[in-house]
Amino acid sequence: MNTMVPAVNVEALKDTTLLNMGIFALFVAVTMVIVFRASRNNKTAADYYAAGRSFTGSQNGTAIAGDYLSAASFLGITGAIAINGYDGFLYSIGFLVAWLVALLLVAELLRNTGKFTMADVLSFRLRQRPVRIAAALSTLAVCFFYLLAQMAGAGSLISLLLGISDWGGQALVIIVVGALMIMYVLIGGMKGTTWVQIIKAILLIAGAAVMTAMVLAIYGFNLSSLLGSAAEAANNPAVLNPGLQYGKSDTSKLDFMSLGLALVLGTAALPHVLMRFYTVPTAKEARKSVVWAIWLIGLFYLFTLVLGYGAAALVGAETIKSAPGGVNSAAPLLAFHLGGPLLLGFISAVAFATILAVVAGLTITAAASFAHDIYANVISKGKADATTEVKVARRTVVVIGVLAILGGIFANGQNVAFLVALAFAVAASANLPTIVYSLFWKKFTTQGAVWSMYGGLAAAILLITFSPVVSGAKTSMIPGANFAFFPLSNPGIVSIPLAFFLGWLGTVLDKRREDPAKQAEMEVRSLTGVGAEKAVDH
Amino acid sequence: MGNEAQPQDATASVDFQEVQQTERFKTLRKRHRSFVFPMAVVFLLWYFAYVLLAAYAVEFMSTKVWGNINVGLILGLLQFVTTFGITAWYVNYSNKKLDPIAADIRNEIEGHEFDKDGNVISGVNK
Repeated sequence: MNTMVPAVNVEALKDTTLLNMGIFALFVAVTMVIVFRASRNNKTAADYYAAGRSFTGSQNGTAIAGDYLSAASFLGITGAIAINGYDGFLYSIGFLVAWLVALLLVAELLRNTGKFTMADVLSFRLRQRPVRIAAALSTLAVCFFYLLAQMAGAGSLISLLLGISDWGGQALVIIVVGALMIMYVLIGGMKGTTWVQIIKAILLIAGAAVMTAMVLAIYGFNLSSLLGSAAEAANNPAVLNPGLQYGKSDTSKLDFMSLGLALVLGTAALPHVLMRFYTVPTAKEARKSVVWAIWLIGLFYLFTLVLGYGAAALVGAETIKSAPGGVNSAAPLLAFHLGGPLLLGFISAVAFATILAVVAGLTITAAASFAHDIYANVISKGKADATTEVKVARRTVVVIGVLAILGGIFANGQNVAFLVALAFAVAASANLPTIVYSLFWKKFTTQGAVWSMYGGLAAAILLITFSPVVSGAKTSMIPGANFAFFPLSNPGIVSIPLAFFLGWLGTVLDKRREDPAKQAEMEVRSLTGVGAEKAVDH
Repeated sequence: MGNEAQPQDATASVDFQEVQQTERFKTLRKRHRSFVFPMAVVFLLWYFAYVLLAAYAVEFMSTKVWGNINVGLILGLLQFVTTFGITAWYVNYSNKKLDPIAADIRNEIEGHEFDKDGNVISGVNK
């Protein structure tokens, strides 16, 4: 079967550049109109940061899927399955199972106790200043790493999809993407960002569904013969088994454990995911959001399994690897094979929309954290009014947008895939222990929170600095140097337990006790929703 | 009365420590924790068992079961099934066992209920 497959002519892809750009421009035009309409009601801080808490659970769940399914998920996982077979599938499972942590332990309780940011919850019953500053710093760190990965990814995506291969051209496209993102967030706030994410999620999941159905139809809806054909095309039956990517050595196996730990514990502590729970009116809607997100994300990852093996069988690993964009080109090449230039144009536009929606979500989270946590609560000590706070948030959006553009241009072409995994590891180490302790452990104190957050943050960043991803290996960021002493490329297996331990140690060594009345208030509020911020009426 | 007031005002006079000590709240907390903690332990163990198998029991995972479908793929797809299953179970459990008590306590403190858009439903006496 695989011998009849017509080779995908990578050169022919350049002819579709105009079509790709046209479809993408249409997406931008439609979303801009929606963002303008949505922004008319943006008056208060709750409007700007939390979309007036007016989204329903199903809308928010779709937006969460749009926020979470980044280009790394779509292009990266499809490509990983196409090249490394089963090991690519392992990623999707970690990314999905992680949502149970959010559903069972975090989403509703967080919605009931916070207002705008993750720090609202963490500092609820502890001393405001130290905890808020620590939580804001780790929020900014996670957003920065994640943002940089997305912007740099935009550069390499462009080389394939738009046929722009020179550095200046790619830089120009990164500037355009960044400028569009700043406009969405500046004008639309959380409401506009949410609509962009909803539209993108629908397009992405629909596009993946159509491609999945087309691939399955070729194999008579028989998964086994698809797998057989993929193994045959790869000339290696091992693509169906685990171990191709991570089974090489004991270190790589341990590295995989570390990655698995970071993925499963990091999701529920990603600040931009947590902030989405404030856009719904009640905890029950927050629960419904996670349920929707789990179904959509699960469905999508099942599609990527078919798409990945489909790309291996129909396009072939060699063609994928030699195409501009490398592994990331598996999904677009498969689209071209299945539906010609039109489907490729659609999928390319969706991939762009994906980057745009994810960076918008990250930017508003980082801006909210700076304006609400650092400016309003620490610098002006709670005396700033909401109007000033939103003004600061908007200025921060521009600053972050410009930083993201510059970072994206300079990181373009660098090996930045690890940045997303790093963002998960930092979130799991710096945020999750404190979230869990402050929600469930009565005796938890400020010192425990501060030790755990700074300890987790520092451990994750230091270990990655002294790991093979930065120096000492062929694929390192700094190829010539070698100052690596930590053998794993993901720090999670060390930094996450360490942060949990520090949270415990800091608490038992703390001579100060926290206010039991505050603890009682947080516990009662978190479980019952008493006094939770309600929807804003217009 | 007092429906126009901000929720914060409604709760300013509440003694949360007293509420925390009521039997009803203790039941709510117990029901919540006795579901989410064991469930969290179970799915994390199941996930790590799967990851360990994928890393260290490659031969077992590669055993063909039906056509080209092997144990690894089946266990992987079972992770999806259990995730969906636990989600549905938790939603059902909270609707039946948690939400009614939480609504009761909230009602008593705030003196009013909210509809699903979060608007105050007035007319309920404190």
